[in-house]
Amino acid sequence: MTLTADVLVVGGGPAATWAALKAAGQGASVVLADKGYCGTSGATASGGTGVWYVPPEEKAREAAMASREALGGYLADRRWMARVLDETYERINELADAGRYPFPVGLDGTSLRNGLQGPEYMRRQRIRVKRAGVTILDHSPVTELLVDADGAVAGAAGYQRQAGRPFEVRAGAVVLATGGCAFLSKAFGCNVNTGDGALLAAELGAELSGMEFSNAYGIAPEHTSVTKTAFYNYATFYRADGEVLEGAGSQRGRSVIARTLLSEKVFCKLDLADDAARKAMRLAQPNFFLTFDRLGVNPFTDTFAVTLLAEGTVRGTGGIRIVDDGCGTTVPGLYVAGDAATRELICGGFTGGGSHNAAWAISSGSWAGRAAAQFARALGRGTRQVSAAGGAGLRPTGGSSDVDVAEIIRTVQAEVLPYDKNYLRHGDVLRTALKELDGAWSSVRSGLRAEGAAAVPARQAAAMVAHARWMYTSALARNESRGMAKRLDRPDLDPAQHHRITSGGLDEVWARPEGALT
Amino acid sequence: MIELVSAERCITCDKCIEVCPTNVFDRGEDGLPVISRQSDCQTCFQCEANCPADALFVAPQTHPLPAESFAHDEEHLRHSGLLGSYRREIGWGSGRTPGAARAIGPALSPAGQPLIS
Repeated sequence: MTLTADVLVVGGGPAATWAALKAAGQGASVVLADKGYCGTSGATASGGTGVWYVPPEEKAREAAMASREALGGYLADRRWMARVLDETYERINELADAGRYPFPVGLDGTSLRNGLQGPEYMRRQRIRVKRAGVTILDHSPVTELLVDADGAVAGAAGYQRQAGRPFEVRAGAVVLATGGCAFLSKAFGCNVNTGDGALLAAELGAELSGMEFSNAYGIAPEHTSVTKTAFYNYATFYRADGEVLEGAGSQRGRSVIARTLLSEKVFCKLDLADDAARKAMRLAQPNFFLTFDRLGVNPFTDTFAVTLLAEGTVRGTGGIRIVDDGCGTTVPGLYVAGDAATRELICGGFTGGGSHNAAWAISSGSWAGRAAAQFARALGRGTRQVSAAGGAGLRPTGGSSDVDVAEIIRTVQAEVLPYDKNYLRHGDVLRTALKELDGAWSSVRSGLRAEGAAAVPARQAAAMVAHARWMYTSALARNESRGMAKRLDRPDLDPAQHHRITSGGLDEVWARPEGALT
Repeated sequence: MIELVSAERCITCDKCIEVCPTNVFDRGEDGLPVISRQSDCQTCFQCEANCPADALFVAPQTHPLPAESFAHDEEHLRHSGLLGSYRREIGWGSGRTPGAARAIGPALSPAGQPLIS
């Protein structure tokens, strides 16, 4: 199947839907292709999220911008924060008015707009996208981008896994809104987030930024999936013998939990919540309680074992580097939005999880959609000579050989999921891990040729290996501790390293201070 | 993981097959959805939330449960109210108020706004 559109949006979460809406609003014809199902795919649809929604009052905005600057290692940008706050405020109000999202009303009669229930938000976004005339392709993972003779993006190709056929979309501009990468850790709603967009972009020469900020872990009851962490603010953490685990906490002290989990189980009880809070918590996050109700655990009175699930660049801030206000990249016609893009511009090096990432998805999606529509309009509808840009997993450089995709995934997971490698980072450990990852890349690049439906997992594996290598190469380039990128062997912040780290490359991975000469 | 498709309740609308973000189901020859790729299930509860017949049950565990588990005991799930409980909580289904409209949670700090998600 071949379609033609002005704008192709890849992905189906919040950023993708806002991009599709705003591109269509400019009069562009739009196709949205999602790996899963637009409306249920991704971290937001399952989980829900706070939103960085701050009324346009000077003092409130100033406080909002100042609140995370130090935590983020002073790598955020005030101009971008201000634009995101403006755009998010307008778009959330649009969601209330045009989208009829049922925001709750507080005791004083005001509409509360600082959060979104995931399933409700995304089912409404799907409806809005359809009503805007966008063609939605569900279960249609993109496996590679198309590029024209000048190096501009010209569309994408992939495989419709339920229809069982390949597809291609020729487009004047492409928005990548494919989410971050959580390495199939089964963190809530994140298994569609395998970093596909970063691989697609890098194959056209796009760069990444902030990939060292990729070691986010979410708390969940052991052997379960719901990594919603706000209510662990009410938690006390315990050892097996009932002794309080000193220093452990959700916001500060999650690393204590990680360190302890390396050698023993960690238990938890939400015993700091009073009766009123307990009742209200159920209303705010019904999905948080799904796990407990089905396990037969009362989280307020029973202790339960917890684990930490990797959320990589979903809750981290690293992603594809942005070079202009429309969320363009270094590749003509290629735009990025949501967790696929770097969120350092508003978060610096601190987790964007929750409200900031939600605001970023809304804002960057809207900007990328508009800019992509304008780019496509300026380009016109002439025919272009295009070629397929996919490499690893599709077109091996050597003769194809037996490369086991499942084994590649196990290899990359063994280097990025363990707390003593990715969370509690040490330069020596990172270097050893990189050797393993480089080896995995070499075997995929030289020997893996997957076709049809098999191309999808093959490309996911390639994307995860690439992601891990940018992460650790960047973590080594940041020879200090800043934001969430902490190094056991470099525990202090170094004022001389007050810069972002740009990275890129596939066969040869590189990382260097932003703006530094090659 | 998805553990139960109630043949009794299922109305063969294909909704779960359509909405599962990781493509776990296939349509069986009799029209009922079949859990073909359980290992791909990410335990996101979206199939359950979207099932108009409350015919699905997702267990909270991210590994498969044995045949004798509570998650396969439809009678128990019905009597305990667990079957269809997610849809009830989020207020989806005819005659229900969307949970989003009632979602006023606690404030995590004295000066903070109530959490609504």
